[in-house]
Amino acid sequence: MSASSLLNDLSLMIPELMLAVGALAFLMLGVYWKNEEGGARLVMRLATLLLIAAAAVAVFTAGEEPASLFGGAFAVDNFALYAKTVVFLAAAAALLLASKYLETEKLSKPEFPVLVLLAALGMSFMVSADDLITLYLGLELQSLSLYILAAFNRDSLRASEAGLKYFVLGALSSGLLLYGSSLVYGFAGTTEFAGIAVAAGEEGTNIGLLFGLVFVISGLAFKISAAPFHMWTPDVYEGAPTPVAAFFATAPKLAAMALLARVLMEPFASMVDDWRQVIIVLALLSMAFGAFGALMQTNIKRLMGYSSIGNVGYALVGLAAGTQLGLWSVLLYMTLYVIGVAGAFGVILSMRRAEGMVERIEDLAGLAQTRPALGWAMTALMFSIGGMPFLVGFFGKLFVFYAAASAGLVWLVVVALLFSAVSMAYYLKVVKVIWFDEPEGEFQPAPTGVAFVSRAAGLATVVLVPFVAILLAQVIRAGTGIGG
Amino acid sequence: MLSQLPILSAITFLPALGAVAILILRSVMRAEDAESRDKNAKGIALFVTGFVFALSVLLVLEFDASNPDFQFVESAAWLGDLGVSYKMGVDGISILFVLLTAFLMPICILSSWGLKKRVADYMAAFLLLETLVIGIFCALDLVLFYIFFEGSLIPMFLIIGVWGGANRIYAAFKFFLYTFVGSVLMLAAMIVMFIQAGTTDIEVLLTFPFAESLQTWLWLGFFASFAVKMPMWPVHTWLPDAHVQAPTAGSVILAGILLKLGGYGFLRFSLPMFPDASAYFQPLVFVLSIIAIVYTSLVAFRQTDIKKLIAYSSVAHMGFVTLGIFAANELGIQGAIFQMISHGIISGALFLLVGVIYDRFHTREIAFYGGLVHKMPVYAAFFALFAMANVGLPGTSGFVGEITTMMGAFEVDPRVAFGAALGVIFSAVYMLTLYKKVVFGEITNPKLETATDLNGREWINLSVLAVLAIYFGFFTTPITETTRASVTQLIEHYEAATLPAFEEINAFEPIEAAPQTDTEG
Repeated sequence: MSASSLLNDLSLMIPELMLAVGALAFLMLGVYWKNEEGGARLVMRLATLLLIAAAAVAVFTAGEEPASLFGGAFAVDNFALYAKTVVFLAAAAALLLASKYLETEKLSKPEFPVLVLLAALGMSFMVSADDLITLYLGLELQSLSLYILAAFNRDSLRASEAGLKYFVLGALSSGLLLYGSSLVYGFAGTTEFAGIAVAAGEEGTNIGLLFGLVFVISGLAFKISAAPFHMWTPDVYEGAPTPVAAFFATAPKLAAMALLARVLMEPFASMVDDWRQVIIVLALLSMAFGAFGALMQTNIKRLMGYSSIGNVGYALVGLAAGTQLGLWSVLLYMTLYVIGVAGAFGVILSMRRAEGMVERIEDLAGLAQTRPALGWAMTALMFSIGGMPFLVGFFGKLFVFYAAASAGLVWLVVVALLFSAVSMAYYLKVVKVIWFDEPEGEFQPAPTGVAFVSRAAGLATVVLVPFVAILLAQVIRAGTGIGG
Repeated sequence: MLSQLPILSAITFLPALGAVAILILRSVMRAEDAESRDKNAKGIALFVTGFVFALSVLLVLEFDASNPDFQFVESAAWLGDLGVSYKMGVDGISILFVLLTAFLMPICILSSWGLKKRVADYMAAFLLLETLVIGIFCALDLVLFYIFFEGSLIPMFLIIGVWGGANRIYAAFKFFLYTFVGSVLMLAAMIVMFIQAGTTDIEVLLTFPFAESLQTWLWLGFFASFAVKMPMWPVHTWLPDAHVQAPTAGSVILAGILLKLGGYGFLRFSLPMFPDASAYFQPLVFVLSIIAIVYTSLVAFRQTDIKKLIAYSSVAHMGFVTLGIFAANELGIQGAIFQMISHGIISGALFLLVGVIYDRFHTREIAFYGGLVHKMPVYAAFFALFAMANVGLPGTSGFVGEITTMMGAFEVDPRVAFGAALGVIFSAVYMLTLYKKVVFGEITNPKLETATDLNGREWINLSVLAVLAIYFGFFTTPITETTRASVTQLIEHYEAATLPAFEEINAFEPIEAAPQTDTEG
């Protein structure tokens, strides 16, 4: 590879370079700063700014011709840039949510923002992966950072358990993914997506390739916590520090979903009839486990865990369409979901009483009376995540179902809609606690970052409605060209 | 001149702005004393609803009743090139419901004037509800319609759940989940329609020829939603619970407006868009309607709670509406619309009357009362008037609605009209018994000795409604002339679509059930 082409390739990877260099530099900065707390605070701020800057770079480089770097290992196209923008912004929101929490819980260390940066870097590689090797590298960089983050509160038994559980199951899923990848490599003769697409497009269904694909999907299904690979989700959400759970629920979900979409729609596009069945099964199981599992939860973080399982199920309904429209709908759905969940975790992080953080659903009792703004925001967020109309989350559901119905999966849409009615029951339960129950004690004022995220997301669920078209245009631009 | 301005958007979204204003004012005035804060909230709510009512009166005055098409149409791009747009408009069928909503809202606000609990949230919820309900009647786009239709559940859920009676949480959940399950099936049908027709514009869809086998499924999807809203037997069970637990103004809105959404939906979607399926399912609807009329009338007779009795009577009266709509002739549909408007006035008044004594004695048990006429003569007079109107006494608007829907049904099948007529008799039985037990007789309960007659606000509310109930009993033309052109067009379209089909059916064989849906997406 000549120096000029290397430079050219690197020039298209500015967001990744920013994150990689930034992570290393900030680590040094944090370690050598005169006291640990000050260093942690400084690194936290710098990392947030860096993520926003990286997102801005991704926004402004979008729209150019798609490029394939490093001999077809790394794709820079609108799809990847769109996913990166959302991932970086979600990571920045997670840092905003985390900063004060970590200080009060005595967890403030410079490693935290650095790990978030590295995870974001991993996700950035995931969504740009054009080769099974890149895919695996990105996924592992992300996962390893997340394992540590889950157990970040290392003195807490629950957090350590969550981290260990996540690590063991995550390692298993990585094994599945690697096994599947090796099979795909064995039967396709290449790890490049373009080459796999050629092999998959040949006459007749290649059983070996199909076998490998199923393992790859299983490995990725773990990362998006689709049932039956969802078992870790509620436990990890509950055990991990709340801002970490907020991070888990947003950026990695979108990145892994984008990765899954690209894998299915690019190299395996011609095998759509084969993988569609797998995706439908995953979708049905996820919706069912998400809806029924959440009904009896008393812990709000566990509830969000089950809610994320269910919501991934709806997104998979859109992916099952296997069409361009399906891809757009998945992107739109996940984007709106990320907004809703970031806001909801903002509210959860506001649940601090004099004696410390609380996380039972009942602790929200009377929120509409004690803290009206927060109460209205959480109501809007719950309804939005549930896909209730006149809140923006509805459009995600609408497009997912529209895409599936256009592909002839009307029965799946009807089943999904009925599951959404079941899942509405537990969102309603939260709203009920906020509005109908009498308050028992008041929350302390939330730190600025948390208050900003919860209010902004709550407002966005309503204000975005007239402007969905703008979001939709972005999604369409991002999704066009993948698998088309 | 009015048609140049976005008057429908103004009518629809002004209440929402009022709600936002109330909430902002509440948070700004936090430190001030609660009383003036509540007063401001009530004042804003009354002013906004009153203003919206004035605007909607203007709208009706400017409305050209001889034009059967949509008027005051506003259209703006919304979801890009997908064919989903923001489109509003009213025709003869919907305009009266807009007026009814705008008319009942100030009455609701006035009737809640004595409220002490979380006033700002209450007023905001009502204003939000007004926005959503008026939006339902004005929406000319499927997605827009669905958003308003489903969205209206949220404020109503809060109204029942926060300001309701002892068992309010159960009632609120039941109300929400029942209607939600029905609506999601409608959403599935809407998505299929969108895929088939390529647009969500209701004006276009009204004349879009859907395949006959598909119509059956689409009709069922919409029916699932509207039958629950209506409510029709056997999916009516949420209504008595919701009514009993809801606060007075909530009941008024529920009975006066939300129950009309089902009938409006049948007229706007089921009949014109799926005429073949409507004709095919006509017997089913007739049977369900007659069961609703007879069965719920009998159930009403056995109630011990005044509100529950009136709730069941509402189900029975809505049975007349479904009868009239699916009779699908001019008398039937005109009668159904008339019945809906009239029921909105009468049942609203009846719930206000229950609210009056509930405010004084905090119970709705029939057995608690008796002999109210001695202490509350004016109240007794109003109660008598509305009880008679509910029974359908000639000279009240209730009579006109019932008799015309029955005549419409008679044209189709005399047996159906016979079944419906039974309901009229039963309604006399339960209403007169109720009236006798509550109002006549001697005062046996010493607690009633302190009863005071109507206060000024109650007087205004009830007399306005009373004037209308009697006025429409004698002069039906203001309503029928507004709706005639649109209804005639609807029926012409319906007959043009179904008549040849009917001949075919008679010549050959009954329509087979349609094949699986998944083959049609």
